[in-house]
Amino acid sequence: MGYERINFEADSARAVDDEKLKRALVNVTNRFRSARNKASSEVPGWDELRALGREIKKETIENLDRYLLMLEENVKKAGGHVHWAGDGEEACAIIIEIARKNNVKSVVKSKSMATEEVELNTALEAAGIRAVETDLGEYIIQLAGEHPSHIIAPAVHKTKDDISRLFSEKLGIPYLSEPEELTKVARERMRSEFLNAGMGISGANFAVAETGTIVIVENEGNARLTTTVPRIHVALAGIEKIIPRYNDLSLFLTLLARSATGQKSSTYVSFITGPRRKTDKDGPEEFHLVLLDNGRSGILANEQTRESLYCIRCGACLNNCPVYRKVGGHSYGWVYSGPIGAIINPQLLGIDKAPELPFASSLCGACRDVCPVKIDFPRVLLELRHEVKESKAEKGKGLELFIERLSFRLWRTIVTHEKLYGAISSLMYHLQTPFRGKGGSLGSLPYPLSRWTQDRDFPAIAGTPFRERWKKLKREIGQGGRNRNL
Amino acid sequence: MRVYLFVTCLVDTFFPGVGEGMVKVLDRLGVDVEFPRAQTCCGQPAFNSGYREDARAVAGRFISVFGNALKESRDEETYIVCPSGSCATMLKVYYKELLANYPEQLDKLETITKRTYEFSEFLINVTKTADVGARYDGIVTYHDSCHLLRELGIKDEPRRLIEAVRGLEFREMEMHDACCGFGGTFSIKFPRVSVSMLDEKIDCIVGSGADTVVSSDMGCLMNIGGALSRRNIPVKVMHIAELLAQTGSERG
Repeated sequence: MGYERINFEADSARAVDDEKLKRALVNVTNRFRSARNKASSEVPGWDELRALGREIKKETIENLDRYLLMLEENVKKAGGHVHWAGDGEEACAIIIEIARKNNVKSVVKSKSMATEEVELNTALEAAGIRAVETDLGEYIIQLAGEHPSHIIAPAVHKTKDDISRLFSEKLGIPYLSEPEELTKVARERMRSEFLNAGMGISGANFAVAETGTIVIVENEGNARLTTTVPRIHVALAGIEKIIPRYNDLSLFLTLLARSATGQKSSTYVSFITGPRRKTDKDGPEEFHLVLLDNGRSGILANEQTRESLYCIRCGACLNNCPVYRKVGGHSYGWVYSGPIGAIINPQLLGIDKAPELPFASSLCGACRDVCPVKIDFPRVLLELRHEVKESKAEKGKGLELFIERLSFRLWRTIVTHEKLYGAISSLMYHLQTPFRGKGGSLGSLPYPLSRWTQDRDFPAIAGTPFRERWKKLKREIGQGGRNRNL
Repeated sequence: MRVYLFVTCLVDTFFPGVGEGMVKVLDRLGVDVEFPRAQTCCGQPAFNSGYREDARAVAGRFISVFGNALKESRDEETYIVCPSGSCATMLKVYYKELLANYPEQLDKLETITKRTYEFSEFLINVTKTADVGARYDGIVTYHDSCHLLRELGIKDEPRRLIEAVRGLEFREMEMHDACCGFGGTFSIKFPRVSVSMLDEKIDCIVGSGADTVVSSDMGCLMNIGGALSRRNIPVKVMHIAELLAQTGSERG
């Protein structure tokens, strides 16, 4: 795995100054947010549905071993093949092997975060297999050689003008300014790709254990073509995508569509159970389901953060996150971004690869408010922060970390000794004098508070803290009639 | 009715006027107010930064100081009241996480948390008073602090208190429930992101046309106030306790 390069502080600082990105993010997150808020308020008992979704996911994840075996059995019964991939490399190797066996030279892909996660396109290319993304957003970022910046809207960071230029440059066509014209070009290019591809690769929004059905939602129709036109269909799914029963789909499809885009239902919902049957008019001759672990069983083993696996990848937490709305997806450094990225990137990659991410949140909890399975993001973030400090994840930070540890130890000593606490606050009161600015507040402080005072004034320590005012106050309120002096 | 104030370290050290405001308002309502002098901090800065052992030491001290205070009170109606949604959240929500493996502490914690209230929550839901006899001539907008709103679910209480103040006009700002970008150490770890969130908040405050912004957490207000003063924007910053303490006869 190559592309994770997590440097949230530097990348986010750059992103907040990017005016174009700022506009794009405001537009798309506002649009998704208001659509989601409207769509969820139309459903009576929406919160109860979220609670039910959480309950079902909880039960599923806690019995994942059983449900996975049930899924495998039922996929096989329907005539499909099941493969188990421990990590991304294995997943790529399995898919390449299927392609080689069938002499496949080119594949079409529908949108899948799991294939992004394992960097399947890079692996296919290295194996001499041409891969074409057929989701319009994914097609755009594939042309640009970039990575998705939003779970459901991968090219959200690009403006219309960016895309017009990109198409003109990469496809050798004149500059087209209308989205309809651009879409038409993409559609024409893809049509021939669909017809020539030997294999279609998709993700899966849900995998139903009881029936061996995988479910794919989309709005463009490209996923349906990907999974029906080529001779072979391979679906890559994280092991957490499983739901127990076919009947659970009515709940989860409602939660997903309304939380993600604010639609009552996605335009295309495909239910795929095995390959083409004798009575079917179309469909692939072979169906393969590749089940991906890639760090997920590690999350499963951690009781404190296990609920990270309940996620159904709707992206609502991104749209509602005041941090994501400012910094965009690429600041998170890997496939998943926003609050869900902040909790799963460090767990999937290993906490030492992304120790900054659990801290990349003001803990405001706006993500939890909209999560369709009520993931308690602030609690999980706090747990991961603790794990970062308990581990050697930040060993590269050396001196800075040492100073931080020392500061907290010192702070602990001070605030557990009342007299010392009073004395230090009095000392700091006197030490702050040279930093006093207009109105008595502090305009410029040394590191690390310089990071505050760069753009904001810092309050001054009071000459007489509350504890020293209390005696007088108490006398005043104690003098017979209340409020005499107040 | 007796109240033990937990004024929070931020109020004690930087904003003692907020504590005074609480005392004035509670006294006006006939509540017997006490201040356990041994109090310091609840431990949230360390907890939020991942330093749980340090946080636990501080939490242990809090529990013993306020546990003793409650034991001493002979008044059956005794409460702990704190002028911060964030610190109240630490006590009522996250101490359970922090002390999960310390059953002895958890027992003591229970007697404390069931009597602990954030200030506006206490006024509305315990003293059952919305009109505390305050007067303030100004246009006021209210910033929802994230912890008070989303961890404790308190949204209407501060608004009812504000709207009952004589002479005051209340104006809801756009995105009143959006985070101001403070987030404790977040504001120093990622200052560029924090300030960019703050920019939006300042725009909403100014856009409301209010001359005073009120909130229930000095953490948010020191962030918001720090930007207002740096940018010379003439909007006053006031904790809800300071607002409710006003009687209209104050200077200025």
